[in-house]
Amino acid sequence: MLIEVLLSGVTLGGMYALVAMGLTLQYGVARIMNLSYGELLIAAAFAAMSFYGGFALNPLLGLLVVPLMAFVLSYAIYRYLMLPLVRRAPTRDALEVDSILATFGLLFVIQGVMLAIFGGAYYSYSYLAVPLKFLGATVAANRLLALVLAVVIGLGLYLGLTRTRLGTAVRAVAVDPVAAQLVAIDVRTASALAFALGGALVAAAGVLVSMFLTFNANLGVVFTLKALVVVIMGGVGNLLGALIAGLILGLVENSVAVFVDPGLTLAATYAIFLLVLLVRPQGLLGRSGR
Amino acid sequence: MNARDLLLLVAAAIALAVIAAVPFLVGDYGISLGINIVSYTVLATAWSLFSGPTRYVSLATVAFFGIGAYTTAVCIELVPWPVVLLIAAGIGMVVAALVGLSTLRLSGVYFVIFSLGLAELIRQLVTWFEVNKTRTLGRYVFSDITPSMIYWQLLTLAVMVFAAGILINRSRLGLALRAIGDDETVARHSGIDTTRAKIALFVLSTVFMTLTGAIMAPRWTYIDPAIAFNPVISFTVLIMALLGGVHRLYGPLLGVVPLALLFEYLLARFPNHFSIMVGLVFIVIVYFIPRGVVGLIERVTTRKPA
Repeated sequence: MLIEVLLSGVTLGGMYALVAMGLTLQYGVARIMNLSYGELLIAAAFAAMSFYGGFALNPLLGLLVVPLMAFVLSYAIYRYLMLPLVRRAPTRDALEVDSILATFGLLFVIQGVMLAIFGGAYYSYSYLAVPLKFLGATVAANRLLALVLAVVIGLGLYLGLTRTRLGTAVRAVAVDPVAAQLVAIDVRTASALAFALGGALVAAAGVLVSMFLTFNANLGVVFTLKALVVVIMGGVGNLLGALIAGLILGLVENSVAVFVDPGLTLAATYAIFLLVLLVRPQGLLGRSGR
Repeated sequence: MNARDLLLLVAAAIALAVIAAVPFLVGDYGISLGINIVSYTVLATAWSLFSGPTRYVSLATVAFFGIGAYTTAVCIELVPWPVVLLIAAGIGMVVAALVGLSTLRLSGVYFVIFSLGLAELIRQLVTWFEVNKTRTLGRYVFSDITPSMIYWQLLTLAVMVFAAGILINRSRLGLALRAIGDDETVARHSGIDTTRAKIALFVLSTVFMTLTGAIMAPRWTYIDPAIAFNPVISFTVLIMALLGGVHRLYGPLLGVVPLALLFEYLLARFPNHFSIMVGLVFIVIVYFIPRGVVGLIERVTTRKPA
């Protein structure tokens, strides 16, 4: 029992970590507070389901196709919707307010499109829903697969950002966009790349989530909120922090769902959020309070 | 008070008398449209009371509106109507103070994030409570309150929110808030207790939202958490306030009237694509009219553009 709770908590936490890593790229590097972020996750889940149901496209192949589409879409969003705001904003705070408003509008557009196509019902599909014995506990194969894939993607991203030149440039922008320009880093390109990469990550998480959870068109905002809480808990712009905080949130939430009541998971999220705000607003691994 | 103020006051009184007479002049549809416009006027003005000067975007309007509506649904058959309103205002104030105390001492982004999920949190808590403790999901609101009475109550509330806005603008609190909006660090260094000012204003602004919800509840006769905490309400209020312009007290009113009519039309014409349309309208406003209708008017009327 305990191992099962732990395992499904870690799986959920892995998803949150992946989603939060993408958001920390968008907010920490591109400085865009994207409230429509979770909608992309749900859109990706719907896309994976439609590909699987319509073209019998394996979700694992969907995991290649859907994030690529999200990458292109997010790049376009940054280039055509966000860049005018970046140019217009006199200060970072002004950009934050503008991006919050613009993406809040985008949230309702994307959600509206999904509602028009799929309605408000809950969806799920059955892929690899076979029980496996693992460490003496029974888990569904799709959950285990999702966890493994999340670890692979997260690790790949981490290595890409810490071991490559381009990744270092992106991280430099997160630390200080002005100083990054002084060492010949193209901040605009790095920001666009980070924003698009964030979109691809959340779409990958959407495909993985769709393999083992039910979802509906209204759930996006909850994922956005959880991603934001994880990002703040881990420290804005900090990938390792996002990973740890995501796992913590997944474990806590799953424990609350199992041992207390599934209707109180969001309350658990808010309780953690409150705790972070009161005790350590700069995040677990954040360096300086803003 | 000088001659110009007196003239404005007389004009406002006449306008108010005309608006108050509306239920005698129009049919049921007219009254329901009137309720719609007046309720959104209160919500949007109350929203910009806080978010205008501080520039903290609150996405939690419907959290407080829903608290008010639910309080009415639970209490209306137990206690007299004025007591219902007092209870609603009290609960709204406590929730607002808790939100304010935990987020408003930090930077604005924490507040935005907290407000983003607040309505959903309260909706889930209410749902959880109703399912597990009272074993009912959804309540009937029976009362002898007529639509005209709702209209007049909302109108009273609208007058109160405008009066509050004028009084705040002329008080030390108003000056403090404008300083915070310009530069919070400077404001703090000139000896303003910024946290206290922000919390005070946030609580005040949400009381009006809570009361609007409480007054509106008898309109529906049946409410459940999904109706009371519908996120589209937060969104609509935000759009209306921004279209009008949040840096003037009368700004949101200029956004409410055209958009309430437009949404009425869109909802009747495209019921399934409503949120797409509203989202697009909103994006257009953010990109092309960032300072609202008031900003446009001011640019035309002042000879030297800022």
